[in-house]
Amino acid sequence: MSVVPKSNSNSEETKKLTLEGLAKDLVGTAILTFLILTPIVALRTQIGQGVITIVQKWGLVFALTAIVIGVRLFLHLIMWSDTPLSLAIRSFAKWIWQLFLKYLLLPIATIMFCRIMLQFIWPETQTILRNFISLFIGVMVGVAQYLYREHLDHQAVTTGTSQSLGEKISQNVAPLLLIFALAFPLFTYFHPIWDKRVMDLAVYILIYIMLGWGLNVVVGLAGLLDLGYVAFYAVGAYAYALLSTVYFPQWLGTGILPWAFYISLPVAGLLAATWGVILGFPVLRLRGDYLAIVTLAFGEMIRLVLVNWFSFTNGPQGILVPKITFFGLPFKDAPGSFSDFFGMPFNRIHFYIFLYYVILTLALVTYFVTKRLRRLPIGRAWEALREDEIACRSLGINTTTTKLTAFAIGAMFGGFAGSFFAARQGFVSPESFVYIESALILAIVVLGGLGSQIGIVFSAIVIMGSFELFREMDFMKAVLPSGTEPIQFRMLAVGLAMVLMMRFRPRGFVTKREPTVYLKEKKSVSGDLVAEGHG
Amino acid sequence: MEYFLQQLINGLTLGSIYGLIAIGYTMVYGIIGMINFAHGDVFMVGSMVSFIVLLLLGVTGGSGAFMIILSLALVVVIAMLIASVYNWTIERVAYRPLRGSFRLAPLISAIGMSIVLQEFVRIAQEGRPKPMQPLIGGGYELMHRAVENGEFIVKISNMQIIIIISTLVLMTAFTLLITRTALGRAQRACEQDTKMASLLGINVDRTISITFILGACLAAFAGTMFLLYYNVTDFYIGFLAGIKAFTAAVLGGIGSLPGAMLGGLVIGMIEVMWSAYFSVEYKDVAAFTVLVMVLIFMPQGLLGKPEVEKV
Repeated sequence: MSVVPKSNSNSEETKKLTLEGLAKDLVGTAILTFLILTPIVALRTQIGQGVITIVQKWGLVFALTAIVIGVRLFLHLIMWSDTPLSLAIRSFAKWIWQLFLKYLLLPIATIMFCRIMLQFIWPETQTILRNFISLFIGVMVGVAQYLYREHLDHQAVTTGTSQSLGEKISQNVAPLLLIFALAFPLFTYFHPIWDKRVMDLAVYILIYIMLGWGLNVVVGLAGLLDLGYVAFYAVGAYAYALLSTVYFPQWLGTGILPWAFYISLPVAGLLAATWGVILGFPVLRLRGDYLAIVTLAFGEMIRLVLVNWFSFTNGPQGILVPKITFFGLPFKDAPGSFSDFFGMPFNRIHFYIFLYYVILTLALVTYFVTKRLRRLPIGRAWEALREDEIACRSLGINTTTTKLTAFAIGAMFGGFAGSFFAARQGFVSPESFVYIESALILAIVVLGGLGSQIGIVFSAIVIMGSFELFREMDFMKAVLPSGTEPIQFRMLAVGLAMVLMMRFRPRGFVTKREPTVYLKEKKSVSGDLVAEGHG
Repeated sequence: MEYFLQQLINGLTLGSIYGLIAIGYTMVYGIIGMINFAHGDVFMVGSMVSFIVLLLLGVTGGSGAFMIILSLALVVVIAMLIASVYNWTIERVAYRPLRGSFRLAPLISAIGMSIVLQEFVRIAQEGRPKPMQPLIGGGYELMHRAVENGEFIVKISNMQIIIIISTLVLMTAFTLLITRTALGRAQRACEQDTKMASLLGINVDRTISITFILGACLAAFAGTMFLLYYNVTDFYIGFLAGIKAFTAAVLGGIGSLPGAMLGGLVIGMIEVMWSAYFSVEYKDVAAFTVLVMVLIFMPQGLLGKPEVEKV
């Protein structure tokens, strides 16, 4: 592969600002933006009653062009020039931002969190009281934070050790998240109106967290870009679907059906892992880019087979499968069901809470297995492979088995998640396993910071949660041209986020990496400095 | 025999379109060693722009031959211009700042860009497929053969003739551009050794930009032809066409221009023959299988040089 020297790539940043140059640049930007937007945006073709008409939207084009020019002008005047004024503005903004991070972020987050929680827990109070209580708690947290920081600074001066509050929090974020996740279904007790929707969303997010963690083994740790991950998800889902509807009744009789999920879960994982090895084997020799395309092709092939092999998979119509049971007790309003057995009144929410804990367990298993594997020789081999394959080979690491285990383990988690997905939906069809799903899971891993497990939790919550947010946003509807729904913009935002992430934070939001193994002292490497072969 | 001949003509047409797109992949890969994942979507943009401009001009199959030719020329020029602007901007915004970043960064950025393009077009232009009336009809009947009910006619439509001939012309022009001009020399130099080329006074950034523009022009032309051949386009055509064109580039030997064209023809043939003789449902599977097989058993492709991995 040819390597391009990092020449002129940052030329704007160092360029002297002349009026003529600025004008030229702005006019160029305007023309380009205009050309990009004109045919696709300004001339919207609409199909109606057999005639295709063109709806002209020049206002939108001019507005967007003006925005682009404005941003570019701002970047030129403030960000890329070194005049005293722009320097002053930059340092002022930086100062404000740091002040915000240090003192205001936590109280503001607390106020918002309290306000939302109060709405759930105590909906019958007056709004003003809820506002006041949240405000009060927020201010108290702010004061406490200020005092604690003073204390830490004082300690740093006297003892010479320095550990900021942020570092302390980030060290404990995993246990905090775990406690939050375990306690999360409690809120359904307080707020029975929204509960099903919120629990369903939580289950949905957890599925993607688990898929993200599974893909993270392949992409984040071993550095193998897998664009067909959804294939293993499909294998898991169809394994459960076919076993529970066709094969278990044949082999074991229908009495086994309530237990079908628990029996087919390990089978689905094994099957997916086998497929991981089968698909991984041919691509072992391939470099990153080729590997991505071939895995993409494999993913599409599996989907096409699912669509077309009608006698086996029932084609695009999909398969109805039994839903998950509480270890043999179904969730329904009938004798012999979960609620009947425990003597409780029937409530659909039991089903959702149970789903939540099942997927939480599965996700935690993924998390801890991966975490432990990272400490084992195989996990270290993965990370070494990601950084430099040739060095690995010359140090005697068997790259074949290393890659194959990464593929197999990642695929296995995908299979578990797929099985769960089928048992939650009660229905599988090839439509759930399209390429864009793979891209979405990849986006979650990328935005979480390749390799960071906690980062994936946040990015999954942000991406999948913001999908819901896009659905709800009314003020977006006011800004956007009529006839467009905010929800439509979700994948556009995901794609843009991927590009921006690679541009500005290629190693994740926490731009610091602690080496797992180190000699003498622990030196963290700034993520910005880590290029290929220098990690 | 007649049936085979008919499929040969169809395969040649489809293969020409794949070949034109494949050139964009192969040239970019040759210089900066990355797969421009968004290239298939640039093809889609070209096709969509052609559709819009054709609708704007209001030509139909009933207009005079002169009008049709004139407006088609205009459509092709505009589609090429817009697609070039897209590809240039993509390179400038999403790929150039990532040179020297880690290995997967440009590829992930390209995947993001591909999603952005698809979604952008889908939102701005509705998601539904855009059908149009056939613009260029007619054709020639080459052979007749009596079969049980009626007769089997081997036909070549005017559109197929246009696609095959214009591809030949474009390819010849393009080969001349690469082999005979200063621009082509600079490009080949960058392909061999970027660092050395920049030491010798070649503006590498500019050469890369031009490569993206050239690739986009060919893809946009392919997009226009796709629209005129199938009379329909939508925001999703770039995905499948992109993978198949990439397969063509790999099959021909990535980095090799004649290889891309040859690969395109082979892939087009395989797809058409598979649909004709085996099953039309699995034609994409056949194309993907070719990709996998080539990468495993013949990674240097038909006309490419074996790649040596250096430390």
